[in-house]
Parts: sequence; structure tokens; C-alpha cells
Amino acid sequence: MMKSKADEEEYWNSSKFKAFTFDDEDDEFSRLKESKQAVNNIRRLVEEDDDEDDVEKVSWSGEPVGSISWSVRETAASNQKTDREPAFPKINTDTPTISKSNSGYSLSSLFKGEAGKSRGSFQTFNDSLSDSSVRLYAPELRKPKSEYKDYVSDWSPEETVQRMQQGKVVSLEKFRSLQDKLLLLDIAVSAHDGNVITAVLIYLKRTLSKEVLFRELESRQIALRHFIHYLTETRDQRLLLELLRALCRTEDMALLQYKEHLSIADENKRRDFLKSCLSLPFSAEDSAHVQDHYTVLERQIIIEATDRQAERGGKVEIFQKFPRRASILNMPLITTLYYCSFYHYTEPEGTYSSPLNIRQTFKISEKQYFVTALAARAKLKAWSDVDALFTSRNWLGFTRKKSPLSFQRVVDILQKNSAPTQVLQDYVALVDDADVRISLAQKHKCHDIIINTYRDLKDRQMLLGYRGKVERGSVEERKIDELLNNPQIRWKN
Amino acid sequence: MAHSARRRDCPELPDFSLLKRLARDQLIYLLEQLPGKKDLFIEADLMSPLDRIANVSTLKQHEVDKLYKVEHKPVVSTSDQLCFLIRPRIQTVKWICDVANADKAAGKFRRYKIIFTPQKFYACEAVLEEQGIFGDVTTDEWAFNLLPLDDDIISLELPEFFRDNFLAGDQRWVRTAGSALHLLHSLYGPFSKIYGIGRCSKMAYESWREQVEEGEQRTHQAEIGKVFLIDRDVDFVTPLCSQVVYEGLVDDIFRIKCGCVEFGPEVTSSDKSMKVMLNSQDKVFNEIRNEHFSNVFGFLSQKARNLQTAYDKRRGMDIKQMKTFVSEELKGLKQEHRLLSLHIGASESIMKKKTKQDFQELLKTEHSLLEGFEIRECISFIEEHINRQVSMIESLRLLCLLSITENGLLPKDFRSLKAQYLQSYGVDHLLTFANLRQLGLLVEQQPGETLTVMESKVGKLVNDKTAGKLTDAFSSLAKKSNFRALSRKLNLVPKSDEEYDLRVPRDMAYIFSGAYVPLSCKLIEQVLDRDGWTGLEEVTRLLNGHEFAVSGSTGGDSKTKSDAQRIILVMFLGGCTFSEISALRFLGRERGYKFIVVTTAITNSSRLLEALLDNHA
Repeated sequence: MMKSKADEEEYWNSSKFKAFTFDDEDDEFSRLKESKQAVNNIRRLVEEDDDEDDVEKVSWSGEPVGSISWSVRETAASNQKTDREPAFPKINTDTPTISKSNSGYSLSSLFKGEAGKSRGSFQTFNDSLSDSSVRLYAPELRKPKSEYKDYVSDWSPEETVQRMQQGKVVSLEKFRSLQDKLLLLDIAVSAHDGNVITAVLIYLKRTLSKEVLFRELESRQIALRHFIHYLTETRDQRLLLELLRALCRTEDMALLQYKEHLSIADENKRRDFLKSCLSLPFSAEDSAHVQDHYTVLERQIIIEATDRQAERGGKVEIFQKFPRRASILNMPLITTLYYCSFYHYTEPEGTYSSPLNIRQTFKISEKQYFVTALAARAKLKAWSDVDALFTSRNWLGFTRKKSPLSFQRVVDILQKNSAPTQVLQDYVALVDDADVRISLAQKHKCHDIIINTYRDLKDRQMLLGYRGKVERGSVEERKIDELLNNPQIRWKN
Repeated sequence: MAHSARRRDCPELPDFSLLKRLARDQLIYLLEQLPGKKDLFIEADLMSPLDRIANVSTLKQHEVDKLYKVEHKPVVSTSDQLCFLIRPRIQTVKWICDVANADKAAGKFRRYKIIFTPQKFYACEAVLEEQGIFGDVTTDEWAFNLLPLDDDIISLELPEFFRDNFLAGDQRWVRTAGSALHLLHSLYGPFSKIYGIGRCSKMAYESWREQVEEGEQRTHQAEIGKVFLIDRDVDFVTPLCSQVVYEGLVDDIFRIKCGCVEFGPEVTSSDKSMKVMLNSQDKVFNEIRNEHFSNVFGFLSQKARNLQTAYDKRRGMDIKQMKTFVSEELKGLKQEHRLLSLHIGASESIMKKKTKQDFQELLKTEHSLLEGFEIRECISFIEEHINRQVSMIESLRLLCLLSITENGLLPKDFRSLKAQYLQSYGVDHLLTFANLRQLGLLVEQQPGETLTVMESKVGKLVNDKTAGKLTDAFSSLAKKSNFRALSRKLNLVPKSDEEYDLRVPRDMAYIFSGAYVPLSCKLIEQVLDRDGWTGLEEVTRLLNGHEFAVSGSTGGDSKTKSDAQRIILVMFLGGCTFSEISALRFLGRERGYKFIVVTTAITNSSRLLEALLDNHA
């Protein structure tokens, strides 16, 4: 948002903060003494915690009381009011502040070309705002008798909002015309107190038709967000959906409905519910995700039923050797792929539980598939499967090891699945970068690789250094000695 | 320690134990409002804060019979008086209504009292009314909104502030923040100067100012001179970075709750877990809390050697000397010994966990993102992270960091990473992604600058009020982070080719291994240096404005020189991290300030992101 510079400056110039002055009528000195004493009292009471008798009877929650030492007086103190000039200036809080709406522009007028709807009432509000802080404490005294209507319902909108902020009793029943209701709402919004905004919204919800309320909220974003939050918290899903529909926020609507699946425990019901979500107005992208969600759950239900039976039957070896720790239902897709790579690796591509089939159906990237299958097969210590994953044949029939994942990562995954050194070193050797290779080899104690790398680098010094690290009289030491004594190697150092 | 007390003229901190007394006495008063024996139901997340100010015997003294945790289940209590101490949450109130209605149906008569803290909401009372319980239940407010966690940390203990305010756009806690400030002002003020940045900060300031006007004015010697208010959404980068100062690390790994941490058996090297208070009272902790983790080991082993020497002194002592030793020193040494072994255990455990998850590589990625360097490599690192199903939160954290530092992801990257994320952690996270987009934490780059242009055009046509509405309308679309530009302007990322000695930090960047000066703290530094926002116009523009600096009329020149003017209260709306607190402590030592951090809650990357998850019912 860009405020025009002029506006900004104008505001700051006009908002000179007022100096601390005492009211003329006041006996300045006694005032000062009074407040000083009040402060000192608090200090003393807090520090000494003496239980002297209360002088004042104060109300905490409305009823008069006379017990428990200073904390009551603390509240009493905060309820007292002295008419002082504000010590700090007001600042522009950038939300629609009614007192500044003289131009009469409103968002709706900007977009819809209507004139500001409640312009007239804004003006009256402006007039009354100026002395509202004084009136707050004795409003009934300042009003001419002729204006005296009902005692409770006689507060002006801004007084009402102020009283609500202070937790005092108010009645909203007198705000009956749409104009009055909206004015009340706008004033609540300009007071930045979410509690009061919501309170007014609850009243509007009760006394306005949905159509009118929704229409008016559309141009009042802050109030709207409070209303949406209120409906979310009270779990009024139906009304919330209607609101979103009225606002044409179709994607939010779709997501909100989709969210309901989380509270459906039964997997079949959940699946059916997800199926019904497929027609919701998601974005194209999200729509595909929801479709996947449905398809995965559908599969999981089938796999779970079959596997549970197989496990109970006790005839399938893998379930005996590695009993399933949890059901596969509602797990993410990749977990499902891992599960299938673990229990159903060799199945033909036609079955639901075949990892290859899952890869195809959900368009899982090569890298992702590879990582998952690798982890699953390594977990089972099926090293030949691991080996096969990497092996590709070129057109001449030579095999070579290829990986969509850096071999460094591969080593990492294998190591985390406690692969033996013999297996690890095959893959460490495939790491391209010599430095990385050496540090990995050192970490996993693959002596051969280190020795060979130094040999290839013709780095006699490093090799000599490494000799000190291997065990005395070991195969490694002998190998290093052989290399060092090999006259055919032209060492670089 | 290497950077202890650079300036010796730092002023003394005010005593905040007063706040605890105040809260406790208010609670006692409220309990006395329901005379006779009663059972007390306490909202789960209020238990720890309550523990800090009162104990069971305090409650028992005021006729609390049994204590229960609010669990949203039917109650088993046999008491004829039930008291509920809760946060103002609709679902909790609904549960209380169910309890009361069940009693009614069973013909059981009881008295009920709800104490809302820190305040009650109309929406909660509306529930009582709807459920036909209004009038059967008395309600009260316990204005317990400031809990001192340490000498210089005060928490509102309102983690929900973050989500409610920034995600839902609900301003229900603005007045609470204003009231908290008001209380501090009346006890430790008057403040002479208030600076701030952020929409919520502005509103909290206004709310505070109104409350000052409503209430009485006091003139006493100020103990806190200046105040800085800052919204969490001004700086999301900092809380999303891995913490590497000791206290932050402990929080990231073990989760400090209300100033207390539970160390498991792996730390205590016994079979028991142990709850430990972490604050300045713990002498060992106090010396290492702000240190970069790489220094902690050295410090601890030095400390252990000293301890050994102190113990060894007793060799060759005669009986009399031994007696003095035992009565005067031994207890202290034993205490130190216990603390030392705990923190050594914790450090070891941290090391183990961090080496296991390739912490080095993770940090390297974070630093590259902050620097805007080798972004492709970062993306593939994040991708692999996701592919391997490493921690769901961690992946999300990296994605958000990528998005904020890069001003959004390229559409192609966004789609692909999102799809892979959903595959790895569940499609339910569609809802999480929607939240993150709304907050501007994880977004697709917008083609061109069309939005900004349109916004400023429209902005020029209308006045403040409508412009405010416009901002709201655009906010979900156009929350640009501008991190790169801000980083250049404020020099947040020191040149990487320079050596950074972490033992002798030269700036606040040390809290992130010298790689990044936290934006939030840098702003505070700059504004204090300049006594306002003058000269920072470009910066505030990049931060979407909402800055302010105001003086109170009582800020005379004689006072500005007093110690209180160097005591600065920084209020984080939406949470702050321990790293930020460490950075401010460092800044305070450098400039001769003392910072008091007031926060709606202590946060870190996990808490911040967990608050935005929506993959559960």
C-alpha cells in the first residue's frame, strides 16, 4: 500500500502532541500529590504485603466487596479516572478510521461507483467523537433531559463501543436500522478491538438476513475476517460455506469442504467423502492433488485388507520376518511407496501394490522413486536389489552404475540403514569429487578407496600420512608400502 | 566469557517480580469470590504459567480441593462447586456448558465459576447464553497477562496471538497487548518515547494510549524510558533460521516451556528425566546462554577444570579448614557441579542430534539462501530433504525461507516442490499451503510488478481510510518480503570472504555464525541510533510502512539523560526467539543499553510453522 506523501505529511503536521497540562480548575499541587501517593501506595503495598483494612469498597466484577488487601485497590485505582490531557499523541492506524473519513470515499464507492452509504451518520459521529472521552464517564449527566430516553439503551455508537471495550454492560438492541448497525460495526472496527468487533458481528448475525450481512461484509474486510474466524471457531461450517459462496471465494470454499475429511475416522467413509470432493472448485493444480489423495486412500484400503489377511494367515514369509508396525491407511503417498517397496517389491506392474505401478499412477519422479526404493531395499539388507537399482546397460551390453541421486547421498542412505563396509565402499568409490570421496571414505573406514585415491592423485605425502592411521601389520599397511615402493609411479611430491 | 560486559555503565533492570505478586494476589482474590471447597479445572496451557506464580499450597489455602486439567471430557468431580480457569476459547466454554447441562439433566446442583484469563470475550459469553447456561455460571477475568520468565524477559504466554492476529486477521488480542503495555507503563513508566513498526504495533500503541487516557496519570521516577513495538510479520526470516546460540539451540531441540526445560535420560545420564529452570539464576547457564554453540564446549571444559581445582583444594586441609570448606564452599560447588554436568550432557546430546541430521549442510543451505547464492543447489537440497521425508516441519521451514528470501518461488519450482511435499507428507497439507500463502510465507512469484503499480495508482486516488481497506484486500496477494533489497540496505549479510571470529563477536550476526544480522534487531538498533525513522525511509517502504515514533509530553531533557532512558522495552507482537534476545543482549552491552523483551510468546521456527499447519481435525 502506498500512501501519498502529501497525506502523510499533512497528518504528521497536524498531529502535534499535546503537552502535559493540568486542568485549569484543578488545584495543581494537590493533584500532583494525589497521583504521587497513588503510585507510592502501590509500591508500598506490593513490597510489604501488609494486610491493613481497606478504606474503599471497590468492585471487581460488578459487586461491592471489601476484602483481600491491595490487589483490590489496585483494580480500584485502575478504574479511577482523572481528566488529564493525553500525554501521547494519537497515531494513524491505517485501518478505516472513521474520524478521518471526511471525503466520504468508501471502498464500495470506489469499486461500485455508489456514493458512500452511511455518509450522513459518519458526520454525526465525527461531531460526537471529539468529547467522547469525557462523556464516557458521565454520559447521562451531560445529555439534555429532553434527549433522555431509555437509560440503558441510550448510549451513542461510540460510547457503546467504548463501554464494550471496558467490559461494561451494554445493550445493542437500539441499533435497529441498517445504517445504525453498520455505523456501530465501523466504529468497532476503528477501535481495533477484535472482541468488540466480534460482539457486534454476533448481534448483526442475529438481526440481519444473511444476504444483507454478507453484502455489507464484502466491503468491510477487517470485519469480514473477524466473522470468518468466528464462524470457524464456532464450527458453523454451513454458514461459513454460504458466506464464501456469496463472496465468490470458491477455492476457499473447496478447501474448507475438503478439510472435513480430517474428522472422518472410518476409512471407507473418508474415501467416499474424498470422492465427493473431486467435483469441488479447486484450482486445476489442487484438483489433481485431491484426485491423488482419493486414489491413494482407495489403494491403501485394498492393500491393507489383503496384507492384514496375509499377515494373519502366517504363510507369507516377509510379514513373519518383518511384522507390520502400523496400518498403511492414511499414510502419505511416499510412505505407501516405501511400504510397497518393502513388502511388495517383486510384484508385477499390473497389481495395485506394485511399486512400479504406484510410480506410474502418481507420476513419481525418478529421483523420488529411487530414493524410496533404495531406502526400503537397504532396510531389508537386500543388497542385490540395491545393486540392481543402479545398474544400467548401455547398447553394447556393458554395465555401469548410474544414479539420479548423488552417490554421496546414496552412501548416506545406505549407511543410515547400517550397510556393511563392503557394500558402502562400492558406492563411496563412485563419488566423483576426490575430496568428498576421501572424507566419506575416512568416515566409513574404506581404506582401499583412500589409498587408491591418493595413488591416483600421485600424492605421496598424503599416502605416507595415511600409513600412520592404519593398523600396524594390516593388509592396508602392506598395500601402502607396496605403492610407496613402486618405482613406476611418478609422485607429484 | 569472551564478550562479557563490554560497557560497565549498563543500567540496572527494574524488578519484575512485582508482576508475579500482582497476578497471584488477583487470582487469590478471585478464588475467594467462590467461598467454600471447590474443585479447580485448569486449561492445559495455563498450568506452566500458573506454576510460575503460585503453587498447590497457595490454591489449597484458598479452599481448592482437587485440581484437574481441562480435557474436554465428562467430569468426575464430586464437589458441589466447580471453578474453571481457562483461556477465552469457544470450545472450552462449550465443554463447560456440556458439563453444566449434564448436571442439570441429572438433577445435580452445583455452583460454577469461570475465570477467563487474561480477559473474557463476548463470543464466549454468547456461547453461555446460547447453551442456556448464562446466569447459572458466574464469570470473572484474571488479568494475568505478564509473566516474567527471567530478569529481562516477560511473556504474555499467548502463542495463539500469532495465528489469530496474522493468519485469521482477528484483532482480539490487540487490547490485551495494549493492557499489558499499560500495566508496565503504570508500574515502571512513564515512557518518554515509543517507536514501532507494523500494523498490530500501531493498534496496540493506540489501545495503550487510550487506556492511559482512561486511567489515572502518575508521575514517578521512570524505570523504563523507551519502548519499541514490532510485529512478527515485519521479519519472518529471523525466526525461520536454525538457532545456533546455546539457549536457542536448547529451545529448538528440547523445547523450553515457560522458562523450564525437560532433559531426558540421554542428557541426565540416568534413567530419569529432569525438569530444569533455565534462567539467570543458573550461573552456568547464564554464562553460556548467549554464546555461539562452538564456544560452549570450551567454556564448559574450562569450568569443569576450575571446579576440579576447587574440589582439590580440600586435599591437605586441616580439620578446621575442612569444616569451613564444607560449610561455605561445598554446597556451591555441588550445585555448580550438578548444573555443569547437566549442560555438558545437553551439549553432547545436541551434538549427537545435529551430526546425525547433517546440520552443517543444512546451515550451508540456509546461509546460501540468506546470501542469495547458488539458489539452484539450495532448491535441490530442499527437494532431497522432501524426497527423503526428513522432518516435515524442517522441509516447510526451508521452503518458506526460500520463498521469503527470493520474493516467492518461480511458478515451475513452486508447483514441483509443492507436489513433492504433498506426496511426502500427505495431501492434507494443501490446507497448510493455503495458510502459508495467505500469510505470504510461501508464495509463487507474481509475473511482473503489475500489482504494485496498480496498488500505488489506486492508493493515490483515495484517502487513508479506503487505502487501509485496499491494503487489506491486497494483503493476501501482495505481501512482498523484499528481503534481498532490505538485506543490501541494512547490510544484513556480512561479506562471506571475511573471517568471523565467533569467540569475539563484532556484531549481532554472531548469533547466526556471522552469516546474518537479524532484521528485527537491526531495525531496533538503527531506530535507537537515529532516535526515530529518519533516514530509513527506503527501508520502511520495503517493509510496507506502518512505522511510527512518538514522544510523550513528559520526556523532559533532564530525564533523557537518566539511566531509565537506556532501559528499553522491546515488545514483539507474535513472538520472538531466544536468538533475537541474545542479539539484543549483545547490542545492549555494546551500546550501554539494557533491553527488556516483552513477547506474546517465545517462538522458534517449529512453533511458528506448527501454528500454521492445518493437517489435523
